[in-house]
Amino acid sequence: MTDAAAAITTSGLTKRFGARTVVDAVDLAVPRGSVFGFLGPNGSGKTTTIRMLLGLVSPSAGDIRLLGEAMPDHAARILPRVGALVEGPAFAPYLSGTDNLVRRDTADRYAPSATRAHRVADALDRVGLSHAAGRRVRAYSLGMKQRLGIAGALLTDRDLLVLDEPTNGLDPQGTREVRSLVRSLAGEGTTVFVSSHLLAEIDQICSHAAIMRAGRLVAQGSLEELRGGSGPRILLQTPDASDAVAVFRRSGLDAVVTAEGDVEAPAGAAAPPAEDLVAALVAAGVRVRAFGVRSSSLEERFVELTGEGFDVEQ
Amino acid sequence: MSSSETRVSALRAHPAAGWSLLASELSVLFRRWRTWALLAALAAVPVLIAVAVRITGGSRSGRGPQFLDQITANGLFVGFTALVVSVPLFLPLTVGVVAGDTIAGEASHGTLRYLVIAPAGRLRLLAVKYAGAAVFCVAGALVVILAGSAIGAALFPIGPVTLLSGTVVSIGEAFLRLVLIAGYVVVSLLGLCAIGLFFSTLTDVPVGAMAATIVLSVGSQVLDELPQLDALHPWLFSHYWFGFADFLRDPISWDSFGSNALLQLGYIAVFGALAIGRFTTKDILS
Repeated sequence: MTDAAAAITTSGLTKRFGARTVVDAVDLAVPRGSVFGFLGPNGSGKTTTIRMLLGLVSPSAGDIRLLGEAMPDHAARILPRVGALVEGPAFAPYLSGTDNLVRRDTADRYAPSATRAHRVADALDRVGLSHAAGRRVRAYSLGMKQRLGIAGALLTDRDLLVLDEPTNGLDPQGTREVRSLVRSLAGEGTTVFVSSHLLAEIDQICSHAAIMRAGRLVAQGSLEELRGGSGPRILLQTPDASDAVAVFRRSGLDAVVTAEGDVEAPAGAAAPPAEDLVAALVAAGVRVRAFGVRSSSLEERFVELTGEGFDVEQ
Repeated sequence: MSSSETRVSALRAHPAAGWSLLASELSVLFRRWRTWALLAALAAVPVLIAVAVRITGGSRSGRGPQFLDQITANGLFVGFTALVVSVPLFLPLTVGVVAGDTIAGEASHGTLRYLVIAPAGRLRLLAVKYAGAAVFCVAGALVVILAGSAIGAALFPIGPVTLLSGTVVSIGEAFLRLVLIAGYVVVSLLGLCAIGLFFSTLTDVPVGAMAATIVLSVGSQVLDELPQLDALHPWLFSHYWFGFADFLRDPISWDSFGSNALLQLGYIAVFGALAIGRFTTKDILS
């Protein structure tokens, strides 16, 4: 990928805090116009990477290019075109939602003051906060603060949005709204770089993804490429598991009985059509409770790459 | 790329000078209850002095702070006296709160990271924060003399003032001298502001930076009292804090003002440089 086609590229990006390496030689390549999911369990180095991308934290080693220019050298020129939500929303609690956004906007020297009030109102409207615009942020709920944080990233038209855990603290309705917002922004041509530890959210909106584990990038690419790891699988629920395995084996499928007593088999290109398999099962007297072909979800791939459980790896 | 070009055009082609961030900083500073509480506390100093003197009928000559015994004869001295009382503790205390809060306060709210990626520019942010603290110094000194003059005029007769050199000046000129003295006090506090700004870049806990700034202002005055440290005295930022009595002579003596301004400039340069060195290279993790 050439620089012009990339919204974000990093090479050998590394951050050490003392002896601890938090981000270890990360090579990101985020294509322009993509919705890029940045995945990883808590503590895997996602936020530190994002802080480096935005020039908040200086890398111990490696290079960053944002929108084709080097960071942090050209931060003053690049960052006005980048909207971001970093590690949760943050506002002065004694100011209203509107005043907080106005304050943030005044810090951007490329943001025209003539249109400021209008742009702030637009951003609030876009996240559905117009009704609470005049209230002090102190009185906002967690979900409202999160929405305000997203509004802060939309104050001017951006070429790149970096959203760190944008659905944190939102109810299911809010999560859906954020998803549709990301889709509509992507539809306008904005590259969206969105981090999350909740896969299900990203699975549905991303075109590309990268997976972090313990500071390292363990996978990166388009969703098809990432899912390709294990391919689709046949899942059969039946009381006659051993008979079913025999039928599958005869059709050339490497079937196994799962821990739950179901039968699972990889559905490669050589596998017979699903309808023929079911006919064969029924003909052999296997009672079929449920039969399905499932493409592997990103979730499985994620668990495969990062391991399960809550342990934060050091 | 045409869509991208039209979207970028929503931004300015060239950066603005950036005065709006300063305007925003000042408006936020003066919309906080805390700022007004600090100013109210400063205004209370002359009011308390005037009321106390009025109730007790004045004090005997030679006791209490400078000018206290002159208040009953001329209300204009309330402002002078209140400044004398405020300079060692109350003004440094309030300035320490504001200057210590500059960067650390934003860090503690988490808003610092959003200002930096806006991008405010770290140098510009420091300059704006310092300017905000300096404006608070002006406000603080003005509040003391204005509240003092108002309460003085309300409770006592006012009239021409006899200066330290014996000359008598009109009420108008006396007030002008009072404003000059307030200016002297503001200049005195600018070095402390720079120290507070530097401390504020060191921590994400504003109270820590405030306390350190205030402790240092008291410490500097204590050191200034120790004759054993004579050699050190001219280098202490509080050394000329009481030199404003020179503005009550005729003609006005600018000697201590000049020395004070030079000293404060030195502190601004040193602690400003330290703050810049620290803040421009700092990893913002708050």
